[in-house]
Amino acid sequence: MLQLVLKRVLNAVLLLATVLVLNFTLIHLAPGDPAEVIAGEMGGATEEILAAIRQQYGLDQPFHIQLGRYLGQVLQGDLGYSYYFNTSVIGLIGQRLPATLVLVITAALLSIVTGTLLGVVAARRPNGLLSHFTTIISLVGYSAPVFWTGLVLLILFASMLPWFPVSGMNDILLKNPSWWIQVWDVLHHLVLPAFTLAIIYIAQYSRLARASMLEVLGADYIRTAHAKGLSADRVVYKHGLRNAILPVITAAGLQFGNLFAGAVLVETVFNWPGLGSLAFDSILRRDYPTMLGILFFSAFMVTVANLLTDVAYGVADPRIRKR
Amino acid sequence: MLKIFSKALGGVLASTLIAASLSAAPKSGGTLIIASTQVPRHLNPAVQSGIATAVPGTQIFASPLRYDENWNPQPYLAERWEVAADGMSVTLHLNKQATFHDGKPVTSEDLAFSLMTVKQNHPFQTMFAPVSAVDTPDTHTAVIRLERPHPAILLAMSSALLPVIPKHIYGDGQDPKGHPRNADPVGSGPFKFVEMKPGEYIRLARNENYFMQGKPYLDEIIIRINRDTSSLVLSMERQEAHLWPFSASVRDIERMKKQSHLEATVDGYAAVGALNWLAFNHAKKPFDDKRVRQAISYAVDRNFITKALHRGFSTRIYGPIHPDSPYATADVEKYDVDLKKAESLLDQAGLQKKGDGMRFSLQIDYIPGSDEQQKNVAEYVKTQLRKIGINAELRASPDFPTWAKRVGGHDFDLSMDIVFNWGDPVIGVHRTYISSNIRKGVIWSNTQSYSNPRVDELLSQAAVESDMNKRKALYKEFQQIVADELPVAWINILPYHTVYHKNLRNLPTTIWGTMAPMDEVYWESQP
Repeated sequence: MLQLVLKRVLNAVLLLATVLVLNFTLIHLAPGDPAEVIAGEMGGATEEILAAIRQQYGLDQPFHIQLGRYLGQVLQGDLGYSYYFNTSVIGLIGQRLPATLVLVITAALLSIVTGTLLGVVAARRPNGLLSHFTTIISLVGYSAPVFWTGLVLLILFASMLPWFPVSGMNDILLKNPSWWIQVWDVLHHLVLPAFTLAIIYIAQYSRLARASMLEVLGADYIRTAHAKGLSADRVVYKHGLRNAILPVITAAGLQFGNLFAGAVLVETVFNWPGLGSLAFDSILRRDYPTMLGILFFSAFMVTVANLLTDVAYGVADPRIRKR
Repeated sequence: MLKIFSKALGGVLASTLIAASLSAAPKSGGTLIIASTQVPRHLNPAVQSGIATAVPGTQIFASPLRYDENWNPQPYLAERWEVAADGMSVTLHLNKQATFHDGKPVTSEDLAFSLMTVKQNHPFQTMFAPVSAVDTPDTHTAVIRLERPHPAILLAMSSALLPVIPKHIYGDGQDPKGHPRNADPVGSGPFKFVEMKPGEYIRLARNENYFMQGKPYLDEIIIRINRDTSSLVLSMERQEAHLWPFSASVRDIERMKKQSHLEATVDGYAAVGALNWLAFNHAKKPFDDKRVRQAISYAVDRNFITKALHRGFSTRIYGPIHPDSPYATADVEKYDVDLKKAESLLDQAGLQKKGDGMRFSLQIDYIPGSDEQQKNVAEYVKTQLRKIGINAELRASPDFPTWAKRVGGHDFDLSMDIVFNWGDPVIGVHRTYISSNIRKGVIWSNTQSYSNPRVDELLSQAAVESDMNKRKALYKEFQQIVADELPVAWINILPYHTVYHKNLRNLPTTIWGTMAPMDEVYWESQP
């Protein structure tokens, strides 16, 4: 077992190092000079000022020196210093991570629960009105771009029906609120962005749950359950759902990384102060250290999740340990 | 009876007048939320240009002077000032009541330190280039010594261009561009810094010890950053934000003007002078020929652009200086659309039509992300040029740095561009036309490679001419020459608007608009 863990950890380290070098190379191959941005987006600057900025941030060094210096920093746990925000990248990520986690976890739970329920209800009457309705909702939810969905929801539920706030995560005018008012305030701000991010996955999971449930409902053990005289609800929700939900859980695990990617657009539309909006700002401003930091952090999260899954498989299945 | 009536009338009139005067008196209190799409790097305008830093920066830091709507300098940190008869020095007498937000007094040492910091670190190097030294004969007197007369110096000491920063904080030897206090600044302006969440919001609170007695009126200013303009517009409609400066999207302005609680004004952008133009690369043939540039200019109907494309929200321009500047002249060739004349000029230049009806081909670049002002205008120019036998193709850039690299590197035929005047022509106009500023790799230098010794001479003279009328005459001749030779074809002034809640009073509409202290703004009644 120890051998398996060591092998997987070594693989993960090599993978992260490769990701780091690839990211660094690709970002530096892209056109654009961060010095121009630093000098002021509208003012322009003299060659002397641009040269001074390049020297200050080491941008005048050859590529391999910059890469070596960056790898050395990362090995010491330092993701660098943001050109644009004038602060450490780790500090920026730490500041923004909680908001993204709140958004992504809420969207994940919302999509799993709502998608599964819709799928199950539709599967009980495959040709019923609700089933057709779920199919249409799934099609629309899956086809609509996430930023468009966000804007439509904003117009409907923040402008025409002013039920929810337009942007941000908190009401900036609240003075010394109690903790429960803060929680309520965040939840109030969370509704539209979380639903926007979740809608595409609600569509996917409802189709998946419907198909899976239809298959399960035709199985012998379901017929047996009915024959034993159990109520229809008990058969569906206790015996059927337990088996039908497995593909949804598997898909949800695989989609977690995509939820982070979707958060970039949702956070931009709703001005949600998370990693997604930080990524958007840093891309626009050629803030290499912040872009690299966010990419590395995302890769690190995915690699650790994969590592833990591999180890868990090893624990569960002795055959894998011997491979 | 008549006596009683007249007494009663007098009483009514008097009470009405008193009520009117009371309602006109500024009211204290309230929070102003400013919406912005701009994310500031930090809040120290001494080492950073641009709107994102200037709007909050001018609330936190006071400058020696401020300007009114008519381009007249007004006392601010400097109660009074004298320009020497030979124009070789300026003496400033500072307000003795002025203190920084940490309680330390503002002194002439702080002013001298600030000026030299700006001179060494700000991108606008021409602002203080002629300053040789700043003497501080006493705590509240500063004498700025010049190597040559510099008529732009008073304007360069206003608002965001010369924030007076505390020497006891920024003079600790650290690099001012990366100084940690740039994100936690201490100034002497009407509002104190409270907190900044990068990319989210900036919170400022009333400076109770502001040196201008009784001001500011607002308790708090919050600058909230919205990356997406659609949600920004919604937040203005929902009254979650109250003021949106530098709004340039015609569609958004039109939509917000329909809201009963919102109003919009174009006042407050005279000094910024944001011009939209089409630049020619003189280093490439056939754009080195004046007749070709003139022909292209005659083919473009600016009225169509301003009235149809921009729905009447933008204004035509005829030259390099914003028409609200005292140095602008309208006495230049205006290039009203004339396709026959354009064709004739191209024929004279030896560019005859070929078998396919085309004379030659060219590429037009444009700044990405500003479609109304750049891409749409470029598309229109393309269709107009086809009418005179020029086959134009648009070359898109995926992002701003790519466009800047192409144009800054002189790798273009024609390019749309947006350039700011920044108050005095020395700061924002000379850089485009003076031949010593042809610098490959530097955007917003003389990227057109335009060179005319007479223009160089006129601009050099205007830079040191202290007599206003003589200076105006020099700039007039300059504008007439460039309007004839067309280093660039000027198209329109950007339709910058300040959209604001109608209950706000004393909006900042001086030449610097919202890039000036908002110490007179108040709420008639906060929504």
